[in-house]
Amino acid sequence: MTDTAVVTTTRKDWVSDQEVRWCPGCGDYSILAAVQMLLAEIGAKRERTVFVSGIGCAARFPYYMNTYGMHSIHGRAPAVATGLAATRPDLDVWVVSGDGDALSIGGNHLIHALRRNVNLTILLFNNEIYGLTKGQYSPTSEQGKVTKSSPFGSIETPFNPVSLALGSEATFVARTHDMDRKHMMETFRRAHEHRGSALVEIYQNCNVFNDGAFERITSRDVRSEMLIPLEHGRPIRFGTDGSRGVALGPDGRMKVVDVAEVGEEALVVHDEKADDPSLAFMLSRLARGPYEPTPIGVFRAVERTEYGDAMSAQLIAAQQSKGAGDIDALLRSAGTWTVSG
Amino acid sequence: MTVTAREHQPIELDRVVIRFAGDSGDGMQLTGTRFTVVSSLFGNDTATLPDFPAEIRAPAGTLAGVSAFQVQISDHDILTPGDAPNVLVAMNPAALRADLPLVPPGATVIVNVDAFDERSLEKAGYAANPLADGSLSRYKVYEIPMTSLTMEVAKQAGVKPRDAERSKNFFALGLASWLYSRPLEPTIEWIHKRFAGAPQVLDANERAFKAGYHFGETSEVFESNYQVPPASLDPGTYTETTGNTALAWGLIAAAHQARLGLFLGSYPITPASDILHELAKQKHFGVRTFQAEDEIAGVGAAIGASFGGSLGVTTTSGPGVDLKSESIGMAVSLELPLVIVDVQRGGPSTGLPTKTEQSDLLHAMYGRHGEAPVPIVAAKTPSHCFAAAIEAVRLAVRYRTPVFLLSDGYLANGSEPWRLPTVDSLPRIEAGFATETNHVDPDGQEAFWPYMRDPETLARPWAPPGTPGLEHRIGGLEKADGSGAVSYDPANHERMVRLRAAKIAGIAADIPPVEVDDPGGLGAAEVLVLGWGSTYGAIAAGARRVRARGLQVAHAHLVHLNPFPSNLGEVLSAYREVIVPEVNLGQLWRMVRAEFLVDAHSLTKVQGVPFRAAEIETAVLDLLDSLGRHAGAMEGPEAS
Repeated sequence: MTDTAVVTTTRKDWVSDQEVRWCPGCGDYSILAAVQMLLAEIGAKRERTVFVSGIGCAARFPYYMNTYGMHSIHGRAPAVATGLAATRPDLDVWVVSGDGDALSIGGNHLIHALRRNVNLTILLFNNEIYGLTKGQYSPTSEQGKVTKSSPFGSIETPFNPVSLALGSEATFVARTHDMDRKHMMETFRRAHEHRGSALVEIYQNCNVFNDGAFERITSRDVRSEMLIPLEHGRPIRFGTDGSRGVALGPDGRMKVVDVAEVGEEALVVHDEKADDPSLAFMLSRLARGPYEPTPIGVFRAVERTEYGDAMSAQLIAAQQSKGAGDIDALLRSAGTWTVSG
Repeated sequence: MTVTAREHQPIELDRVVIRFAGDSGDGMQLTGTRFTVVSSLFGNDTATLPDFPAEIRAPAGTLAGVSAFQVQISDHDILTPGDAPNVLVAMNPAALRADLPLVPPGATVIVNVDAFDERSLEKAGYAANPLADGSLSRYKVYEIPMTSLTMEVAKQAGVKPRDAERSKNFFALGLASWLYSRPLEPTIEWIHKRFAGAPQVLDANERAFKAGYHFGETSEVFESNYQVPPASLDPGTYTETTGNTALAWGLIAAAHQARLGLFLGSYPITPASDILHELAKQKHFGVRTFQAEDEIAGVGAAIGASFGGSLGVTTTSGPGVDLKSESIGMAVSLELPLVIVDVQRGGPSTGLPTKTEQSDLLHAMYGRHGEAPVPIVAAKTPSHCFAAAIEAVRLAVRYRTPVFLLSDGYLANGSEPWRLPTVDSLPRIEAGFATETNHVDPDGQEAFWPYMRDPETLARPWAPPGTPGLEHRIGGLEKADGSGAVSYDPANHERMVRLRAAKIAGIAADIPPVEVDDPGGLGAAEVLVLGWGSTYGAIAAGARRVRARGLQVAHAHLVHLNPFPSNLGEVLSAYREVIVPEVNLGQLWRMVRAEFLVDAHSLTKVQGVPFRAAEIETAVLDLLDSLGRHAGAMEGPEAS
């Protein structure tokens, strides 16, 4: 929830007194900075801001924020945050999670939080590896990935977090990456403004256990050719001078095209507000992995009643029809009889 | 009230135990419940034992599908649903076969003779019709064509023949109402209210109910009917309640007393779901219920709500406690209020979902990794679930700790009359949110330390988000004493482990001493029966029976299982012998032996049903016998 009263803070006000203990060079540092800068920029209030996390490297995030926070247990942050957000509609509740935390041990909580549309801003740090346990494959690791727990290559098909979120009835789904602070801040701002569950997948580099997982699309020299920025109401174009774009082929499949070849009118116009998530889902499937041109930005942003608001509405309606609860009347509600002395 | 039936006056009884048994779909729980409520309204004391299968509709007519409801009604205060039925109402052969072993010779058996066809007899496993082969000669058997008589009258209501047959439980209720001189009006009123939306069904049920009543009155099948006069209960306003309802109301009342919003995070599970259902109805009390995606989310959300300044509660049964264990451990570390309601059922694993057991005590006590002490409160009767819930909330809020509240299947579904407390008599609970900083840093900066403890309770401050200046982070990692910053310091860890243990142990000073029911005074008897939870009724009734024989026995019943009341050691040492009856393999028994080095005896039963008073009586008599105290004791009248 955005407060209207202007509070002037700087990034420093959002930095806690705890020493940050991520590995030097970790992508988490830039995400932390982007969040702190954003909160200062939008005039958020520290006392109304809560960060809830699970377990993993990313989950240390709350300790570094000078706000309210809870470092909970593995996978359960969306559940804890649901209880908080459903009872405290006045708070800004952020969930910080990783690919193992959110998609493996906590997968159930994530999909249900999204389905319910609880007012949570969920940052999913996806580095495609288990970092805190020192390098096992994760539910987003590519097939064939060789790690300590998959010495002959992972035999599992990875999750695509954006596809999963869209399939979970999410009302806001976005993707950004740790190499572009401006894009991160803009994406986080949009997610934060959204009333309901907002999921942001962040491609995040683990320079110790999975270094360079995203560099084929995020490094500065290839970015313009490999990242497809999504802008609502605009034809989807990327590449030098917008020479490439996204179109639907005659077979109904979405593909990357040369604009010069097909003409601009053939390009898909991005509609993040579309009620039907099908096009957003196709966009999420456009790249088979972070080595093909990959859409970033807001895939979907639609309005739907927020969970806590719906819960509050039922409470208010009940109080209006029955009056405020009276304990004495409750105890007598099943019928009584009197024994006289 | 007196029914002027035929030429007879009803024969007066001081108590009667009736067991209604039929197929799962026959509506026996409803019949039993209505009979109980009418009896309570009439002024009797009542105690009930619903006994039903886990399957919603097991194959019709089979032993597996038998659903029964036992109720004792009396003209004096009673403590159990009775050891053995005086009357068995069997709606089909399977019900007769399943429950006849519970019925003593000489008792009355009323059967729905229409259901005793060849196929039903075969399904129940009878080679020959027991109504014809003389095998019931030791019982008073009444064969009533309940199905056909019901069909006859229900047809007049215009319902289809298949639906007409379904009103036969109301025929049985009508017949039982005549047999025990129950007033008609409350049931008729209830039928009108309950079936207001389905006028034909209403009509059919009312007709069937009245037909049953009038059949008893006019058919002369029964020589006479009976009367159980009202009991002389303590003056006051009463209602009939089940444990699950009383527990739900206790949570609402406690939240009200603490001026906290009540948040329930729960996943449906037998036999706890009715607490969720009841709380979901009470939204005008500001109760928020969250049906979670799983047991873990239920408790997780409750912890999140508590962090936000609500009263977080989660309700479940054994399998759910297994899943919640990690989260409960987190709540121990976070030191936030949380109530975990465990309505115990038969285990291990899925076990006996609809049957009662007391086998989660050690789970509540020790079922977490690390040193993770949690207070435990246990309800002892259905209505006591109300007070037990308030006590669990009081401890959770005052000590900023998760608290286990143990109920069980017997308490959850069993019912009894409950003398209502006044709202004024309920304890005040102070949430006492932190409002200001509590520490000054060396540089003179004001700070909030989330793990600064109250010197009296050792509880930490509770500062929900939204309070400026008290921003803080908590988590499952070990925290530095005071500041709450993450700390891996060895000495600090030991200090924190001991502080958390001391906080819970210190609750002993804040709970009442355990009371001993020993008519001769503490230590007058030689044998003490120590119980906890739902064995209360059977133990108290068993003790009455022993005393009726002119022998002495003491009874102490624990509501607080962790920590124990501070006088428990003294109480145990005042008796030569201590016997601990439990519906498990001796869990409290282990705890008291470990804590007090007392060589107590364990009396155990794990059959999915409560102890009978006679079983307690026999165990105490055997023990007295071994002490040479039994000889010459007179035969006592049966107390219950």
